[in-house]
Amino acid sequence: MSLAIAATAPDAPLLRTGHAFAAPAALLLALIYIVPVAVLVWLSLTDYTLGAVETRFLGLDNFSHALADPVFRRSIVNTFVYVAIVLPAGVLLGLGAALLVHRRIRSRSVWEVIYFLPVTSTLIAMATVWQFLLHPRLGPVREITLALGLGEVAFLSDPALVLPTLAAIGIWQLVGFNMILFLAGLSAIPRDLYEAAALDGAAGGIDRFLRVTWPLLGPTTMFVTVTTSITAFKVFDTVRVLTEGGPAGASEVLLYVIYLEGFQYFRIGYAAALTLIFLAFILAFSILQAAALDRRVHY
Amino acid sequence: MRRVVSHLLLGLGAAVMLLPFVWMLLTSFRSASAVFAGFGPSAFEGFGNYAHALERAPLLRFMLNGVIVCAGILVVQLLVAIPAAYALAKLPFRGRGVVFGLVLAALCIPIQVPALPLYLGLARAGLLDTYFAMMFPFFLSVFAIFLFRQFFKSFPDEIIQAARLDGAGEFEIVWRFVAPAALPAIAAFSIFSVVAHWNDLYWPLIVITETRLAPPPLGMLYFRDAETGSNYGALMAGATIITAPLVAAFLVARRRFIQGITMTGLK
Repeated sequence: MSLAIAATAPDAPLLRTGHAFAAPAALLLALIYIVPVAVLVWLSLTDYTLGAVETRFLGLDNFSHALADPVFRRSIVNTFVYVAIVLPAGVLLGLGAALLVHRRIRSRSVWEVIYFLPVTSTLIAMATVWQFLLHPRLGPVREITLALGLGEVAFLSDPALVLPTLAAIGIWQLVGFNMILFLAGLSAIPRDLYEAAALDGAAGGIDRFLRVTWPLLGPTTMFVTVTTSITAFKVFDTVRVLTEGGPAGASEVLLYVIYLEGFQYFRIGYAAALTLIFLAFILAFSILQAAALDRRVHY
Repeated sequence: MRRVVSHLLLGLGAAVMLLPFVWMLLTSFRSASAVFAGFGPSAFEGFGNYAHALERAPLLRFMLNGVIVCAGILVVQLLVAIPAAYALAKLPFRGRGVVFGLVLAALCIPIQVPALPLYLGLARAGLLDTYFAMMFPFFLSVFAIFLFRQFFKSFPDEIIQAARLDGAGEFEIVWRFVAPAALPAIAAFSIFSVVAHWNDLYWPLIVITETRLAPPPLGMLYFRDAETGSNYGALMAGATIITAPLVAAFLVARRRFIQGITMTGLK
């Protein structure tokens, strides 16, 4: 009872402590998020370049320029092609691995370690290893492509292959992460539901999967889908290390173009506009996530 | 029969997962002439490639930079987020709703969004090419605040009240009672934070141009560019050295690692 009173009538020292405890976080929130985002919006309306003598106000010109810019449009297409490969493969392989690992009792932890290893390892270093593995003349994967009668395959320098190859490395890195999320979802499904389904006449593994596992994994699947989309949408490291956007722009993705415009060419105003477009996509993914979670609550 | 099939499939997947690691280690112990011998046997070269890699690039320096940056970020993150999360969970103060709303909004904003203005600000302050520039944007982890608040909320009010009656100040309550009770969450977050920042390339790439300040991924990039096309043995030895600390830590604290890194999905 006394607790309720204390909660409704806070005394002055507690109020002050609350402010003091939240103050450093609030200050950093302002310095790292609020002020920079406000500055970003302002920059996106100007032609600010680093070292320029004067800066003009452009209104929305940067945005209309972006929409007409072939480099930017290509980077959007490339990014979505990359997401379109990583998303289904990353989610389905993660789910498949989880379903297989879930039923293993003794060997489960061994599989977990192996599949999770790429998640913890430094991607820049491992990308360098992949580049060597896939090297058309020097890498060991050459043996496989030759044996399959494909000849020498230039995985990273053929414009048609570069995005799928980068996507494969991206999938390699995140399957273990998705597998762990699915494993958590699987262990939350009560055993007796399977027994009930069996009594209802669900025979065989596929039937059981469709009637019990898949519907109950819904929220997990939704979550994995959205996180995978966001991760894939933010692809940058492998592009920077392995292709630098090439060959001939075939692997220029959104973040890489923003990086070039902002930090290599120093066209700050234009890069700011591109960053806001990037943010709009990220927010759309987040809203999708919130909406999906909201809808699934009624399960 | 079913068991055999599932082990077979898992084994196939595991082979793909492990392929780069096996290849990296194999090549790092081979002499330059045997580097292209495929998976066949070759003479054991010893640690010659490692010695060469360490000589060609300050790899240990890169790792030290990584330790400094990760430790600095983590300490400030915890010092800022724990009291703030406690205030949001247990202390009534004006503006609490606003601060929490902003924390939630900031959760959706990746570093690439404030990167340009932060870069301009740090450049104007003459702070580019410093450890501070590498750490500053990450001093506030809104994710930590969000996570710790969830944990602190379930801490019993009765204990806090009793401590207050015993004359304990709020500072003491946070650090002596509330934070220790959330130690599993703090440990999981710490692993998440260290892994994220040890492996981060984007931000160091922007604010660091001096080799001696480079953290491991940026250092690897410099090293790779310097060695291109010449010495794969040394390159793989370098990659092994850079990757080793986190992989070793992962193998030692397997559960905690998996929990920490996937925590975003398990909350």
